[in-house]
Amino acid sequence: MDLVKKIFFTSSGMITVAILLVIVSYILIKGLPFIDFEFIFSNPIDSGKSGGIFPMIISSLYLLVLTALIAVPVGVGSAIYMTQYCKSNTFVKVVRFCSQTLSAIPSIIYGLFGFAFLIMFLKLDWSLFTASVVLAIMSVPTIFQVSEISIDSVPKELIEASFGLGACKSQAITSVILPSAISGIFTGIILALTRAISEAAAVMYVVGSTFTVPLSIFDAGRPLPLHLYILASEGVSADNAYATASVLIIIVLVITVFSNYCLNRYQNKMEGL
Amino acid sequence: MNEKIIEKGLLSITLCLFVIISLIIIFLVHESIPAFTHFGLIRIFTDMRWIPDLNLFGMLPMIVSSLLVSFLALVFAVPLSLTTAIYIEELSSISIKNLFKPIIQTLAGIPSVVYGFFGLTVLIPLIRDFVGGDGFSVLAASIVLAIMILPTIITLSQDAIRNVPFEYKQASFALGSTHFQTISKIILPTALPGILTGIILGLGRAVGETLAVLMVIGNVNQIPSSILDSARTLTSNIALEMGYAMDIHYNMLFVNGVILFVIIVVLMALTMCIQHKWGC
Repeated sequence: MDLVKKIFFTSSGMITVAILLVIVSYILIKGLPFIDFEFIFSNPIDSGKSGGIFPMIISSLYLLVLTALIAVPVGVGSAIYMTQYCKSNTFVKVVRFCSQTLSAIPSIIYGLFGFAFLIMFLKLDWSLFTASVVLAIMSVPTIFQVSEISIDSVPKELIEASFGLGACKSQAITSVILPSAISGIFTGIILALTRAISEAAAVMYVVGSTFTVPLSIFDAGRPLPLHLYILASEGVSADNAYATASVLIIIVLVITVFSNYCLNRYQNKMEGL
Repeated sequence: MNEKIIEKGLLSITLCLFVIISLIIIFLVHESIPAFTHFGLIRIFTDMRWIPDLNLFGMLPMIVSSLLVSFLALVFAVPLSLTTAIYIEELSSISIKNLFKPIIQTLAGIPSVVYGFFGLTVLIPLIRDFVGGDGFSVLAASIVLAIMILPTIITLSQDAIRNVPFEYKQASFALGSTHFQTISKIILPTALPGILTGIILGLGRAVGETLAVLMVIGNVNQIPSSILDSARTLTSNIALEMGYAMDIHYNMLFVNGVILFVIIVVLMALTMCIQHKWGC
């Protein structure tokens, strides 16, 4: 009887793995044959029917960097304030509630808000900048929550020891607290940024949609997920859609493997010390 | 002096969170007020017709479809993710456990558009050929959503199961119960609040998902009479019509947003109640 149960649970674990494998391998098998040097490094031709995805890759890279530049200081900074400076319990509760609500809000509402606030109210043009503001707003709560937890779990003795050696608060933060919490903070940042660059709904009405390579952050762009959405839903080109989806999946796989590798190395190094 | 500046700087950064959420609420409400006064609160929730050209903006079908699709997604996702979480935490070896971590991470990291695309190219032909209808259906959308919320529910259930005190398990074993009795009588009941939180978070993600659903649900605005019918959700309505909506129609889409926002806040309040009641 227990054996039957064990087989049951094991097979459901295997089903979960199978779902991932089927999706990833199906898309890679259909898409990889179309990915070559030219696909990555050339502009789309005929609104994506043929040609490559170079402008979309550049757009996504711009968004990644800009979003990180805006969201990381805000997320980590507020986590430091909440754990190290804030003395009011109510304030902590209010801020936590705000960030929880923010992280639960559907991405399309961010898109709606971005359109109403940035485009209609502030009269900004559709650009990579407006898109990354929206993505940063989406990413901050994740970075904040994860950073808060990892800063909180830095041993109190360590912080007190640094005060004992005569460090002032800002020195304790930069040379003791942040280095000990960095692996957690890093995980949070990676998590948030992966979500940001795979987001299409939130940016579709604030980023514009062009086929040219964006030169500055105030140019319109078209990130990869949005490109895939348009290719697939408007039936532009199945082959290019598979190839674009494959590129997205490869990016996610690389980020996952790379960040796990870095974390393991960092943790081993910390434990070795 | 320097220290004070740093503290004030960090405080102002923290206040950003507060400012952002206020701005979002202000803009959602401000933009939707004209729509409420124009069409009437009650009619928005009771009228079945959404015909922007004729100034008819009933949202009942969309609300029903959104909830239906999300709950159906839970029906698919909860049994699979719960049993998977139990398998990973209780029945697998350390090496398999370590293997599952990147697998779940990848599943969570794949962009929703890719899931939608997979649904469009694989699920829809399958449903059309083997189940019936034209494929674009509530069923297709809820399967796609179920796959998307798997990682959320699995991760949170895993955390909840892992946090069950080891003494409970030891005590249960000492009383002579088998591993499976311990799982069903001790571990699951103790982990229940955490598991419920995971399920509600998954539900929230399902309600809020836009493009993946839009690509496979067909977007016919009606109350679906079977799971093979097409439907249109609150989120996909915004994404579909935002591009060309004017005047009252534009404001109506913000009403859509407000309804979504309220659903999400209710779900959040629910998780807080659970955490408060069980004190975790």
